[in-house]
Amino acid sequence: MMASKIAIVDYGAGNLSSVKKAFDYLGADVVVTAQPEAVAAADKIVLPGVGHFSALGGLDNTGLRDAVLEGARRGKPFLGICLGMQWLFEGSDEAPEFAGAGIFAGRCLRFPSSVKSPHVGWNSLAVREGSRLLRNVAPDSFVYYTHSFQAPVVAATTASTEYGMRFSAVVEQANIFGVQFHPEKSWTVGLLMLKNFCEADL
Amino acid sequence: MLTKRIIACLDVDDGRVVKGVQFVNLRDAGDPVECAAAHARDGADEIVLLDITATSDKRNTMLDVVHRTARHLFIPFTVGGGICELSDAAAVFEAGADKIAINSAAVNDPTLIGRIAARFGSQAVVVAIDARRVSGGSSGFEVFVAGGRTPTGRNAIQWAREAAACGAGEIMLTSMDRDGTKAGFDCELTQLVADAVSIPVIASGGAGSPQHFIDVFRNGRAGAALAASIFHFGLENIGQLKRELQAANVPVRWPC
Repeated sequence: MMASKIAIVDYGAGNLSSVKKAFDYLGADVVVTAQPEAVAAADKIVLPGVGHFSALGGLDNTGLRDAVLEGARRGKPFLGICLGMQWLFEGSDEAPEFAGAGIFAGRCLRFPSSVKSPHVGWNSLAVREGSRLLRNVAPDSFVYYTHSFQAPVVAATTASTEYGMRFSAVVEQANIFGVQFHPEKSWTVGLLMLKNFCEADL
Repeated sequence: MLTKRIIACLDVDDGRVVKGVQFVNLRDAGDPVECAAAHARDGADEIVLLDITATSDKRNTMLDVVHRTARHLFIPFTVGGGICELSDAAAVFEAGADKIAINSAAVNDPTLIGRIAARFGSQAVVVAIDARRVSGGSSGFEVFVAGGRTPTGRNAIQWAREAAACGAGEIMLTSMDRDGTKAGFDCELTQLVADAVSIPVIASGGAGSPQHFIDVFRNGRAGAALAASIFHFGLENIGQLKRELQAANVPVRWPC
């Protein structure tokens, strides 16, 4: 594996220790940072996130948003987890005043009222062939979710999940990857995806 | 399809698992780190570490357990017991827990739920409710605190609704009537709470056979069921329980 440095972006929301521990376990060179300079210096960028979409506002007033977008533009492998994946879309009804990165078209919406919300627990993936992030992942694997808003299925969707409707579980396009579930909490299946990201050499 | 979760609960006293587990292939059956890992390998969907240490000066022992558990446990795990303040919760999250469970402290001060949720997200806040069936009156089930010793006069269904409104991400609902009896979960209580809130309800208390899990998922509408002594009713491991649930058409994460 190429010795690449991974920056986990800390924009002041939630608990990032689980994500860091998973990368540590895989032997990755990983740092949790709130410094735009450290994000700029990294080879790969991970944008985690739990909680409310408005927490992503922490990116906007710290210079982190520009650092992350610039890294993504330069072709650095980027992985958004949960809110970090939703951020790749245009925005979310959860906090309409905050703009997403707009890399993927569409907005994140609530689940239909026919199902309990939040969607919490292990649900299965329907994997599209050719996914790089899901290399060697069994096509009907279970992953751990906890979220109230979901991103639409788009051309870049490489895996989807059904919960009252079908939504994007994994998106990937060139160097940009996003997962709605928590790979760091999805047992060996999730670790395999993070390993694939560590090994992504684009 | 969203699966029904099987949650293994480990009671931890002064850094050691004190009941509810019986492993054959473990070097040290009392080590919570090893027990949690073994349950995860067996197919547990989540782990709860419940700190039942009576004295607060042992708090750092528990934080050390949480820290060591988190290093190698890549399924969600919740820590409960003795969390009274935002700072207690922050220390547990810092040590690597994914969720905290609060019980008496939330009843005493419901704003604690919202304060923890504001900082760590609702998904990280589990409100544990100990409820007992009461005769007379229409309320049906009363909330008890302080490890089930102190009645509060509050209705369990109303409290669950309030906790959810305050920002709880899940309700962990223990039937004190069934706890330790192996007579089955209280499906009526579970269903009343599950219908009253939109957040998931974890049923607890009374697990004694695979059929009890089937009943609480079907009739109790639980999203998850918790058991501490899953090995004590003749099952080899959680995988075997899941195979039985699967045979009964209950959606579970198996194989995993």
